[in-house]
Amino acid sequence: MAGGRAEGYQSRQAELSGWPVRISSWRLAERWRCEVDNVDPGAVIARAEGTTREAAETAACEKAAARLARTRTF
Amino acid sequence: MGSYAHPEMLVETEWVAGRLDDRNLRLVEVDVDTGSYDSGHLPGAIAWNWTTQLCDTLRRDILPKDAFEMLMAESGIGNDTTVVLYGDNNNWFAAWALWQMKIYGHKDVRLMNGGRKKWLAEGRELTDEVPAVPARSYAASAPDAALRAMMPEVQGLMGSASMVDVRSPDEFTGKILAPPGLPETCQRGGHIPAAKNIPWGQACNEDGTFKSFDELKSLYEGKGIRGDVPVIAYCRIGERSSHTWFALKYLLGYPDVRNYDGSWTEWGNMVGAPVERGA
Repeated sequence: MAGGRAEGYQSRQAELSGWPVRISSWRLAERWRCEVDNVDPGAVIARAEGTTREAAETAACEKAAARLARTRTF
Repeated sequence: MGSYAHPEMLVETEWVAGRLDDRNLRLVEVDVDTGSYDSGHLPGAIAWNWTTQLCDTLRRDILPKDAFEMLMAESGIGNDTTVVLYGDNNNWFAAWALWQMKIYGHKDVRLMNGGRKKWLAEGRELTDEVPAVPARSYAASAPDAALRAMMPEVQGLMGSASMVDVRSPDEFTGKILAPPGLPETCQRGGHIPAAKNIPWGQACNEDGTFKSFDELKSLYEGKGIRGDVPVIAYCRIGERSSHTWFALKYLLGYPDVRNYDGSWTEWGNMVGAPVERGA
């Protein structure tokens, strides 16, 4: 990609490993990109790319769930 | 309806889109996720990595003056350059960079309202090309200590300043030691006694832009933060609180707002420091 525009930008909230997350995905050139953040404060904790939105989101969510599962509560 | 105290500190995405070829404008992306820039950024924008370029990498501190001057010069920024900062997560680290630029006296630095998220959502132009920028000379001012709170000042102002803890309620109460999915960086959970919990994101609309003057005034005044005494904002490492610092200082116009960048990673690790838990 030299230049282009993000297309199909979507963002929604869900829950992974018991924590709220926001899943954002969009297509840039031929690749779908996905970022998962932890809503509050909103730090991106996983990102992935794929040939479809579903593939990118699935890969990012798997990474995010693994990281979130390590969060301790007191 | 009131208006921002310093509306010139914010620019809209449309304003930026119309000035991508402006040679006296330097666009700089500063992300929490330092890989975001490589996945597509605003045409002509350069990037600063907050983990290596916006801090002293030996001791824990902001950039020393000479390193700041070098960063500006290498970024093609002169003292007269208009700098527009933007980034992911509603401009978290863009605000952190702006705070440092104001500490060193840069005159014209602004945030792109809504940041990277809004630009993406609007389907605006992106590129993966990294521009070559001509170096400039840059002379920073002596650091403005009034914009920053160091730990002894925070201790000294307990009881007389307004402390704003901008972390999430779970961090504030001590339920968690770090935001979900991020490394734990403190020994104790909780907050500075008497601090008010106003999570930074409450200052934002869903599209990442700042709420209106009236909404911000209601949000902070509703928690007793009126700006009639010094205000100290803190979070975990000082970046979320930069965002709140920006809102309080430039959008509401409070006269004495300081960012305590030592934040909870300092306070929550300090032997003997008073800590409150719970809401």
